[in-house]
Amino acid sequence: MAQTLFDKIWNQHVISDLGDGNDLIYIDRIFLHERTGSVALKSLEEKGISVRSPNQVFATIDHIVDTLPGRSDETMMPSGSQFIESLRESVRREKINFFDLNTSRQGIVHVVSPELGIALPGITYICPDSHTCSLGALGALAWGVGSSECEHALATNTLIKEKPKSMLVSINGVPKDGVTAKDIILYLISEYGANGANGHAIEFRGKTIDEMSIESRLTLCNMAVEFGAMTGIMCPDKKTIDYISGKAFAPKEEEQELAEEYWAKLKSDEDAHFSKVIKIDASKLSTYVTWGTSPEHAIEIEEKIPSISQANSSKENESIKKALEYMGLKENDAIKGTKIDAAFIGSCTNSRLSDLRVAASILKGKKIASGIKAICVPGSSTVKKDAESEGLDKIFKSSGFEWRESGCSMCFFAGGESFGENERVISTTNRNFENRQGKKTRTHLASPATVAASAIKGEITAVDQIERRT
Amino acid sequence: MNPVKIISGIAAPLLRINVDTDAIIPSREIKAVSKKGLSEGLFSEWRYTSILGRKPNDEFVLNREPYNRSAMLLTGDNFGCGSSREHAVWALQEWGIKALIGTTFGSIFYGNCIRNGLLPIKLSSNDIQKLIDYVEKDPASNQIVIDLEKLSINFGSSEIVFAFDKKFQTLLLEGLDEIQQTLKLDNEISSFEEKHLERNPWLGAAISN
Repeated sequence: MAQTLFDKIWNQHVISDLGDGNDLIYIDRIFLHERTGSVALKSLEEKGISVRSPNQVFATIDHIVDTLPGRSDETMMPSGSQFIESLRESVRREKINFFDLNTSRQGIVHVVSPELGIALPGITYICPDSHTCSLGALGALAWGVGSSECEHALATNTLIKEKPKSMLVSINGVPKDGVTAKDIILYLISEYGANGANGHAIEFRGKTIDEMSIESRLTLCNMAVEFGAMTGIMCPDKKTIDYISGKAFAPKEEEQELAEEYWAKLKSDEDAHFSKVIKIDASKLSTYVTWGTSPEHAIEIEEKIPSISQANSSKENESIKKALEYMGLKENDAIKGTKIDAAFIGSCTNSRLSDLRVAASILKGKKIASGIKAICVPGSSTVKKDAESEGLDKIFKSSGFEWRESGCSMCFFAGGESFGENERVISTTNRNFENRQGKKTRTHLASPATVAASAIKGEITAVDQIERRT
Repeated sequence: MNPVKIISGIAAPLLRINVDTDAIIPSREIKAVSKKGLSEGLFSEWRYTSILGRKPNDEFVLNREPYNRSAMLLTGDNFGCGSSREHAVWALQEWGIKALIGTTFGSIFYGNCIRNGLLPIKLSSNDIQKLIDYVEKDPASNQIVIDLEKLSINFGSSEIVFAFDKKFQTLLLEGLDEIQQTLKLDNEISSFEEKHLERNPWLGAAISN
């Protein structure tokens, strides 16, 4: 029977059929961070169980650690150091691969993992973090789990799982100038809802994907979870293989040849069946930005904020009403031109070198609007170093942006640093939930280009409204 | 894990759609490397008018009589979406919630509920509406009884039957530890692993240059 890419990887990893629809699945790689990895490792230790294959497990510090220069284990979040120290102690005890603070390989898990060749095509990969789906961009079957499942995988190299339904999102057409992977995924979620892919694993496919850089593909897959999917995945191609080649943990020599031969064939059969199919013409899309408190609350930047009574159900009307109250916005108003207080470039969605290059190309020779707090947080120590070697840090700093150490930073408020009450932030992150970036902070999700352009104007605006210097 | 069989009690309607795990337990309420001590932070942004002073917001459903004694929540679409933090489940349980009844749940959250014996039950919106109508007539007296063995929900003289994964039904009814169960399969895992690494020799132990 014809199989999807997902089916093929899944079937390659089935140890046994446990009946009742559940399979025992082998897990090749596990990545942990101090926020949730610490509690999983500690809980295992309390149960007297050790990590089964520590050399298949990785850990780094990204969530709680500060991103201000000169940082240490002490954090602005009260008790944050407890998470860092607990993880460090556990990884030493269990002999897990560890990229500690102030070492060159530290960074956001989902940025570090592709950068080091840890996530690979055809493997099963988990992390106790919802945005693990990012790694599907490389053709890995990668998904986020909770602590209990993570403990199970650490102890046994397996998970018990029911195979999800399949969805194909086919994206074709050449996007207009300034329209990015972030705009495409925001469109998808706004069109089909934050629950639109519930119970499904998505395969993203099409000419638009073929033309996309690996880093843009990572951005697109990153937000599959905001669409309700178990994960997103893309077929590995020549770009993927070239990207992985030479990375620190990537296969080498004969193993590399064998692996590449296998990866090159790894794709869905032509007649593979998907339980749901969505087709997108990317050439028709414009810049997207969110107005509300769910990623599904996204509109084209030239569109008006929806009216409360326009939704399909009273539940949705109520949701729009609550979101507008929280965001301090009015129905039917323009989103473009809305004054902002802050701009944030960072997170596992949009903090890679290409994201910073795009933002820097817009900021070059310009100043951000007065009174705007603007922060750029590179996704990893490597991204930071590479950006600095190109002089991007100087562009950010002279435009008025702060230039930080790598980490998740202000993507979420953990009790330390945050944006202020009722402050309006345009952000390259993935979640515009209530209180996500600070108490009563109002988040608008957008691409790095839109965030840079908006920081210059001091209001929500598209990049085509900004004169660019090359 | 303690076995779960019958759950009964007051059910509170919390019908907002897309209630994310950041709302269930804000990150700043996760103060220790622990699965305990989280109930105080449950829904803290909605539950308190002053977070630091812990001043209750009387308008929030779980602060109102008799819902402040709820054993279950009736939830809106996509409840538990967002972050994978299992702390959301631990916080709900510590507060006293034993079951959730909704149309759809965030997929990681759903798995987290099952692993901790917090019953996540999926019903159609019509069936949920029947439960809401029943509960809202007299929330204190009109309690709901869930039987995991029979997969039934009883309210007044009515009954709704629900679907549930059989494997997890057994695990929960018997209070089995999933890790201990799988550890018994270690021979099978090891022999799979051997063949798997033969096919994919670049996997197994990760080596860096």
